[in-house]
Amino acid sequence: MKPAAFDHVRIDAPEEACALLAAEGDDARVLAGGQTLMAVLNMRLAAPRMLLDISRTPELDVLREERGTLYIGAAVTQARVGAYPGLERAVPLLAQALPHVAHLQIRNRGTVCGSIAHADPSAELPLCLTALEGEVLLRSVRGQRTLAAEAFFQGMLTTACAHDELIEAVRFPLAAAGAGYAFDELAVRRGDFALAAVACIVHADGIRFAAGGVGDRPRAIDWPRLEGSALDDALNAFAWSLDAHDDTQASAAYRRHLVRVLGRRAVIRAAEATT
Amino acid sequence: MKRSAAGEQTLVAVVLNGVRRSARAEPRMLLSDFIRQRLGATGTHVGCEHGVCGACTVRLDGVPVRACLTLALQADGRRIDTIEGLAGPGGMGALQLAFRRHHALQCGFCTPGILMSMSELIERGPRPTEDEVREVLAGHLCRCTGYTPIVRAVLAAAAAMRGDEESADA
Repeated sequence: MKPAAFDHVRIDAPEEACALLAAEGDDARVLAGGQTLMAVLNMRLAAPRMLLDISRTPELDVLREERGTLYIGAAVTQARVGAYPGLERAVPLLAQALPHVAHLQIRNRGTVCGSIAHADPSAELPLCLTALEGEVLLRSVRGQRTLAAEAFFQGMLTTACAHDELIEAVRFPLAAAGAGYAFDELAVRRGDFALAAVACIVHADGIRFAAGGVGDRPRAIDWPRLEGSALDDALNAFAWSLDAHDDTQASAAYRRHLVRVLGRRAVIRAAEATT
Repeated sequence: MKRSAAGEQTLVAVVLNGVRRSARAEPRMLLSDFIRQRLGATGTHVGCEHGVCGACTVRLDGVPVRACLTLALQADGRRIDTIEGLAGPGGMGALQLAFRRHHALQCGFCTPGILMSMSELIERGPRPTEDEVREVLAGHLCRCTGYTPIVRAVLAAAAAMRGDEESADA
């Protein structure tokens, strides 16, 4: 199908997008890579009157390390982040997760911030941002604010981003010295949405563990260093806490099973990667 | 800031397979329709129109993307490569010949998109592994062949392009 008619505005600076979002409200939508939004428009699940195209906005096409984080602007594609030199050392979790994000042909246009904005519960990038305690930078004519990942994601496809706000960038913390990182997921086919995905950080004092694809948003928990049956018990309790539901893809019980199995493997792999 | 109103026809200039072309498009026109209807290059196929099947894959500034998830206006000033550009002056290119030889297509609907993705893979590195081929192929759906002959054809084409004829015949 084809999208309904809309005005297209090629945005040259973030202020222009903020001004139009303030003026048009819900009638305007931000278009970055379009790998979700264009499909939604083609299927006419949405029909905004105006698209604010930030895909070629220089100020938003910024990828750099700053203040202990990897700063990823709203126009930066997933492919560009995947090709960032030294990503395996800078943000190991992202390096492990990005190959699972859709397909090469999608990552070439899809943006990191777009995936964060869409907040699909099964998506890898919201899970990584939650696991790493990253931040979302929001901007509007009212000003700028920064939200922690766990405050930003509010539920199924629901975030704290107001109608007049633009996601300007996200920040992923750089790897901590000595910590080990692991990401894993199970999807029916490589590139499909995960039935369940897990991310794990093991450091000297403990474990931070997160799961996606099971509840209505990515969830994280902090544990002391656990192993053996204590780890199994913790994973089981966490899996049950996620409020899993049956759907056409998998049963709630199977998703809990995946959290336990993939989770255990990820914790072990992350522990092995500590130095 | 450049605003194009709904329904307004804007001139979009691209370099299609090395040739400068321009035509008008309204904001809602998809790149896939622009290439087929405005530029007349109908080798790019339109399948699902929501990014799943990969039939409409073209190369935008060199990298494979879904033309159905890109607006024509977003391609303005950029380079587009489609299946029409893959054949050499003497006929089919090495990738196309390998697809024929290895029976890597039956109905052929998905083939133009797959060839555009694979041409980029082989350009990136002349020795793609089977895993790399399968990784790229995961972004395409083929309902006829079952993928195995496609993988075989891509590996053979890469070998032929390296001048490694023995592997090409394997």
